Amino acid sequence: MKIVSIVVCGVGGQGILTASDIVAKIALRGGYDVKKSEVHGMSQRGGSVISAIRYGDKVYSPLVTEGMADYILSFEKLEALRNLPRLKNHGVVISNDYKVNPASVLSGELEYPEDIEERIINAGVELELIPGIELAHKTGNIKTVNTILLGALAKRLSFQKENWIRAIYERVPKETHNSNKKAFELGYNFKGED
Amino acid sequence: MKEIMMGNEAVARGAWEGGLHVATAYPGTPSSEILESLSHYPEIYSEWCTNEKVALEVATGVSFAGGRALVAMKHVGLNVAADPLFSLSYIGATGGIVIVTCDDPSMHSSQNEQDNRHYAISAKIPLLEPSDSEEARIFTKLALKMSEDFDTPVLLRLTTRISHTRSVVNLGEREAVPVKGYKKDFKKRVILPVNARKLHSKVEERTKKLKEFANNFEWNRIEEESSKVGIVTDSISYQYVKEVFPEASVLKLSMPWPFPDKLVRRFASSVDRLLCIEENDPFIESQIRQLSIPVVGKDKVPMVLELNPTRVAKSFGKEFGYPVSVDIKDLPPRPPALCPGCPHTGFFYIASKLKLIVTGDIGCYTLGALPPLNAIDTCVEMGASIGNAYGIQLALTKLGDENLKKKVVAVIGDSTFFHSGITGLINTYYNHGFGTVVILDNYSTAMTGHQGHPGVGKTLMGTPGRKVELTSLIKGIGIQNVYTVNAYDLDKIKEALKREIERDDLSVVIIRSPCALIEDFEKKPYYHVDENKCTSCSLCLKLGCPAISMGDNYAIIDKYLCTGCSLCSQVCPFEAIVQKEEK
Ligand SMILES: Cc1ncc(C[n+]2csc(CCOP(=O)(O)OP(=O)(O)O)c2C)c(N)n1
Repeated sequence: MKIVSIVVCGVGGQGILTASDIVAKIALRGGYDVKKSEVHGMSQRGGSVISAIRYGDKVYSPLVTEGMADYILSFEKLEALRNLPRLKNHGVVISNDYKVNPASVLSGELEYPEDIEERIINAGVELELIPGIELAHKTGNIKTVNTILLGALAKRLSFQKENWIRAIYERVPKETHNSNKKAFELGYNFKGED
Repeated sequence: MKEIMMGNEAVARGAWEGGLHVATAYPGTPSSEILESLSHYPEIYSEWCTNEKVALEVATGVSFAGGRALVAMKHVGLNVAADPLFSLSYIGATGGIVIVTCDDPSMHSSQNEQDNRHYAISAKIPLLEPSDSEEARIFTKLALKMSEDFDTPVLLRLTTRISHTRSVVNLGEREAVPVKGYKKDFKKRVILPVNARKLHSKVEERTKKLKEFANNFEWNRIEEESSKVGIVTDSISYQYVKEVFPEASVLKLSMPWPFPDKLVRRFASSVDRLLCIEENDPFIESQIRQLSIPVVGKDKVPMVLELNPTRVAKSFGKEFGYPVSVDIKDLPPRPPALCPGCPHTGFFYIASKLKLIVTGDIGCYTLGALPPLNAIDTCVEMGASIGNAYGIQLALTKLGDENLKKKVVAVIGDSTFFHSGITGLINTYYNHGFGTVVILDNYSTAMTGHQGHPGVGKTLMGTPGRKVELTSLIKGIGIQNVYTVNAYDLDKIKEALKREIERDDLSVVIIRSPCALIEDFEKKPYYHVDENKCTSCSLCLKLGCPAISMGDNYAIIDKYLCTGCSLCSQVCPFEAIVQKEEK
């Protein structure tokens, strides 16, 4: 099988490593060779965070650089655009429709780009924007945004839904299993509003 | 059984399988998870030491008594531990001893990108380099055995991309290895010149034997493809080479020192053109050149920053991947920042207002050097702040600039103070230095993941340790002026600093409160901005708190990020920032 490469990105503290762990585990259980790179340390203090998962028959590079990713799953819009060069020219961006201002924007020194969607679409790739927070409210648990995004990714990959739910259950507190299942379904079935 | 493991976890697993008895370390990214993982294996005793030198000394003692030991550290940690390392090379190993160095090409969390493969040459000890987690497990086990077989410490080198990449590992069983016990051996363990001279000859003999071993080592492997191009590579670069040049023949060096000369010659003669692809320094390349074999390496492959598939391909003008065309150069960067509610913020805010010359140190608080605080003037290495401040004062004394001299303040974290700050403080005291040393005590080694240290009193194994009390420790040196201030009381911090910098004596101000990311931190009701009172003066933004931003007409506090630390309300001159009542 050809290698599938997924970049998971966002801002330190958003739970990127947990989400990418879940994807890696599912790929391993799917019988594939898997590698997952991640960043620790300095960048976890509110900086840009990126993790990459690659799976297939035999994976060499754990890093996903220019033109290598089939999917970008971003928890924040600016980070989706920042990582766009990693995407293949026929790849897909799935991004949470959510803004986190970097310090330089908070202080008024620089501006948060307003044309992120346009720029992603103009690059000729598919963009799926997910209203993560809005959907999370529907589950009654605001902390399920990441599960919603995983649901949106799952729809495009070949693994069974049950395997996703099982892997998610292993990583979230028991009392949130129901809301996480709901969240996963919401992401999986999300259609956009056109 | 198969499991997906981080390189660091795989080192721990391999050590466990290899019958390890004791593991020691001082934390440092990207190495910290090695000890954290080891602490979950009940057969192994693991501990955080005050610094890397002590960690290696403890491990050396374990080896003296015939136990198997592992020491882990980040690359710069080996500079701290270099003194015992060089002696240990002569002394050798009774129980197997493995030193794990985790280098950080690209400096994701470090002050330099030194290439610790050079330590293998200068300390004359064998070097093993895994290229994924499975090899990390196998090589750690091998290293423990190799150490005993060849009577040498072994250097196991990972890089950030090996340490922090998760990949598939096959789990093995633990080998039962008994502790051999202690036997006095004057000629081996007392490196007086009379013994050391003989030991050095033994080391040179050992290197010859190890070279033969490396020439025949099964993990120094030729992967034969086309004979047009042959690539010599190691560590993570191997993975990029396989990704980008699947058609090339490859010599993967898992043990690049002592250098397997015969193997390299054989490989070189089997290909038309020889390339060497490695990160940072031309470590392998220089040794190929010493054999007078023509090779293309650092004239094409960058020396600075880590490699990746794109960089490897570009070095040789090869097309790779299916890139989109997009320009992202104008995007606002997102550098790390002090967290909302961080107990370090208040001091930096005041230091910046008082226009102090602040010699900094290494930890989360180094972020106080960034805008908008801009409060740190220097950052060299762990423990440097106190000596640096004293040195600046010595020069200013020569110059006769007494006013500026008073403004020099050293700032250091609690973990860093125990690591190597205390020796600097004793030096200043002993030599009649004066000035103010600020210790930011957040009960944690925060930067590297909140490990314990002597001031916290919690051990790695989870048992209560003995706590070293900072104030009495410093008073014990003989320093009279030691004051503790609450990290969230801006007036008190200012008052203490103004008073102490004027004092004609050495003083220490401990600014204290738990890190906002640990259990002991008490989150309070959030603050919000009274829209009628806010004048958009932006003073609150000077704290650099990620929870505060400027809206169109007034400042805005993100209630989900706010920890209720109150610093912004203390800074606001219009009393526009008020705490939400608890309902
Ligand atoms: C010689 C050396 N060892 C380890 C490290 C990794 N490291 C960076 S900062 C730090 C400690 C930070 O703890 P502390 O001084 O308490 O400051 P905090 O991060 O808690 O603010 C460590 C261990 C290093 N940079 N250099």
